[in-house]
Amino acid sequence: MIKLPGFLHGRHGGLAGILILAAILMIVMPAMLDLYRLNLAGRYLTYAFVAVGLVLCWGYGGILSLGQGIFFGVGGYAMAMFLKLEASDPESTRIQTTPGIPDFMDWNRITELPWFWVPFNSLTFTIIAVLVLPAAFAFVIGYAMFKRRVSGVYFAIITQALAVVLTILIVGQQGYTGGINGITDLRTLKGWDIRDDSAQYLLYYLNATLLIGCVLLGRWVLNGKYGRILTALRDREDRVRFSGYDVANFKVFIFCLAAFMSGIGGAMFTLQVGFMSPSFVGIVPSIEFVIFAAVGGRLSLLGGVYGALLVSYAKTMFAEAYPQLWQVMIGAVFILVVLVLPYGLASVYQRYGKRAVAKLKGSRHPGDTPTPPAASVVPGARRDATAKAGSALPHDSVTEGRP
Amino acid sequence: MGGFSAQDLTAIFVMQGFAGLSFFSVLLLMALGLAIIYGQMRVINMAHGEFMVIGAYATYLLTSALRHLPGGLDVSVFLAIPVAFLAAFVVGYFIEWLLIRHLYHRPLDTLLATWGLALIMQQGFRSAFGAREVSVPVPDWLRGSYRPTMMIDIPLNGLAIMLLTVLVTVAVWWFLYRSRWGLRVRCTTANREMSGAVGINTKRVDRMTFAIGCGIAGIAGAAFTTISSTGPTSGSLYIVDTFLVVVFGGAGSLVGTIASAFSIAQAQSIMEFFMGGSMAKVLTLLTVIGILLLRPEGLVASKVRR
Amino acid sequence: MSSNTDFLLSIEDLTVSFDGFKAIEGLAFYMDKNEMRVVIGPNGAGKTTLLDLICGKTRATEGSIKFKGKELTRMSEHRIVWEGVGRKFQNPSIYEGLTVFDNLEASYPRGRGVFGALAFKRDEEVIQRIHQVAREIQLDDKLEQEAGLLSHGQKQWLEIGMLLIQDPELLLLDEPVAGMSLSERLETAELLKAIAKGRSVVVIEHDMEFVKSLGGKVTVLHQGKILAEGSMDALQQDKRVIDVYLGH
Repeated sequence: MIKLPGFLHGRHGGLAGILILAAILMIVMPAMLDLYRLNLAGRYLTYAFVAVGLVLCWGYGGILSLGQGIFFGVGGYAMAMFLKLEASDPESTRIQTTPGIPDFMDWNRITELPWFWVPFNSLTFTIIAVLVLPAAFAFVIGYAMFKRRVSGVYFAIITQALAVVLTILIVGQQGYTGGINGITDLRTLKGWDIRDDSAQYLLYYLNATLLIGCVLLGRWVLNGKYGRILTALRDREDRVRFSGYDVANFKVFIFCLAAFMSGIGGAMFTLQVGFMSPSFVGIVPSIEFVIFAAVGGRLSLLGGVYGALLVSYAKTMFAEAYPQLWQVMIGAVFILVVLVLPYGLASVYQRYGKRAVAKLKGSRHPGDTPTPPAASVVPGARRDATAKAGSALPHDSVTEGRP
Repeated sequence: MGGFSAQDLTAIFVMQGFAGLSFFSVLLLMALGLAIIYGQMRVINMAHGEFMVIGAYATYLLTSALRHLPGGLDVSVFLAIPVAFLAAFVVGYFIEWLLIRHLYHRPLDTLLATWGLALIMQQGFRSAFGAREVSVPVPDWLRGSYRPTMMIDIPLNGLAIMLLTVLVTVAVWWFLYRSRWGLRVRCTTANREMSGAVGINTKRVDRMTFAIGCGIAGIAGAAFTTISSTGPTSGSLYIVDTFLVVVFGGAGSLVGTIASAFSIAQAQSIMEFFMGGSMAKVLTLLTVIGILLLRPEGLVASKVRR
Repeated sequence: MSSNTDFLLSIEDLTVSFDGFKAIEGLAFYMDKNEMRVVIGPNGAGKTTLLDLICGKTRATEGSIKFKGKELTRMSEHRIVWEGVGRKFQNPSIYEGLTVFDNLEASYPRGRGVFGALAFKRDEEVIQRIHQVAREIQLDDKLEQEAGLLSHGQKQWLEIGMLLIQDPELLLLDEPVAGMSLSERLETAELLKAIAKGRSVVVIEHDMEFVKSLGGKVTVLHQGKILAEGSMDALQQDKRVIDVYLGH
């Protein structure tokens, strides 16, 4: 057998799972869907970046952030600001009072480009901002909170409040941000028409590639010692601390990583959809990202991707036809996932699918997780595709929060 | 604050201060219920705002039914409070049985499940009462205002809500610290197993506590109708502020909750005059978060030997 | 106080109060290198609080804790561990979902920073050391077993092993034999004696037979203060100790 590098097999979703995902995203969907649907799928996949990040920091780290919209928004707005500046060249904005600035600024009687918009004239700066700003924001938030041992419920509430703050700021300062409508009419990237058919295909593939890259990155992080310490501190924070680890740093890192992924998702969203607005920043989208991860399985990176695809698809289907029914349905999904399926669809696969696959192959894949003996001993013990027995069940004592 | 004389500023502070009192009352009533529920069973009730809305709609229904009777409006003001409490209490009791009791010891999960519940309840309101906001008529004698000086104008309904809040707060305090029930509740909070062992029916205590917390939110809803009109999503606008009030006050502390509701409401109300509602909210929230980072245990911390 | 530097651990004037209640008051406590010390005392005497104070879990209100001449009272918990203090909790505190091997590896003193942990490689040195410690705690045949399935006594040993792998100079053990069977107690006593070679150990214990079998000096705590100190035999004759703790 060919020896694969360590992170390609092992516990956190076998290589096979990722190859299947890649095949679905790269071959099946582009082949089966028309461009409109494919673009829609691409939009869902940008949410999957956030969901994968949440699997890492919520599922494995026990850190529930209800403010992931912040990072999605920061990435998305950074990209939107660049595209908007390109769309606002003096030629095409000559009817404005002040040509050369974005239209919404002109409407709000702003006569000069605000200082924080200026660097977004550069694509290089923008790309760096997309990659660095969300993680930097997360670093500031995470460092301040985790060093003071704020976690669990308190962390969730504070991140939610921050999402509210950012939304109010964006909506309230419409001269600088485009307000409630967001930044719209984005067409070209360095002269390249991003609404063009071939561009849409290209962006879809770029998006899917980046997403699979994020899943692989997540696997690599989880498979090493860092991943084990992360899970360990979710369940026994004190033991980890008194084994000589600075627990706060471990939490800050995974929170930043999740923010980094969310930021990429946000930027890809702007590119594929052509606008960015505060409705992807606030409480509601932030908590929807959590439900994507919860439905897919909070301990499964691949589950996060499928969760984002499935729930978003269902939302589009039902919300168009029966908007009222949809709200009840998504509410019910929240409740049912928590009550019946706390480890999401991935746990269903782990319980039934894996056995079926093993039967088909006749023998176990060497990279598979050995079924923990506890499975038969502990009634109702739930586990999922990626985690070992006990680590799948966080002790909630750590999620309470206060020092 | 250039451009304002000292006299102007005093008047602004007094008036905004009193305007803030209504907001304070609603926040405090909401936070009391939430704090009781969280303190007692570590349940994060994201649907708390919706229980407030139940109280508001109950008030609306009551006044709609009684307003055509002679003097009906006057009676309904007083009836509204028990009716709002009862409506939210009953729904809360049922929800605890249906959903919450399955989720103890999983605080983060209760957060998600009750969020789902909130979505369903909002849709329920929309189907039952329509998406348009409804407002409750106020009897004439509550509509006036008290004018101690030329520049200061204090609405009477604000004072009435204030009085109501004081009464409810005292009742909650009495319930928790002086009644037999309160003793059971506090026992269960302190040590669930032991309370069970000495014969306290902890399940019943939980259900009653949750229902009472929801009932208080219902009263907040009755108070809410006098300062704003009610729509299906009115509750969700308050939930984040309410949580911050509870966390900022230090969960489990009545004094802390009152102090934090007061400071948040007043800060918001006074800043609103100078910089507009949205920036005032941003600044208030950021200040609260900032203070919480410096003092994660909240204003009033309970010290326990660990 | 120049003599302090001769001690491995020297605690002086240590006071901690919880809302006015003084769990430890004006405590002085010294330990030599390679010393085995047992701390006994009635419930609420402040035994666990003392260990919490040394390892940084609880912060002192007043006083100083010096370890190898360094002040611990303001050092962060993980730094204290890096200095060479290992703490075992009263209830076995292990990572139940991981295997015994992973539990030991998670405590291996390399890759303690975030990036160190990311770059950590399970090389021959790590594997050798884990096997060595596993033999010491008699779990070398259970390395691949999930830690949650170990017996209570084995969990206690595993936690001790997780400290041993860090080779601390001072081990703080909070009731290591609580809930163990008699034979497990005997084995644990042997284990502790073996561990104590080359390092200092503080053990909190209630079982007098076990205390005797460990040998070494005994400190009796009572109401946050030291009541008596000496050999077990001497203490058993001490009237005050008999009154508050040992009984007649």
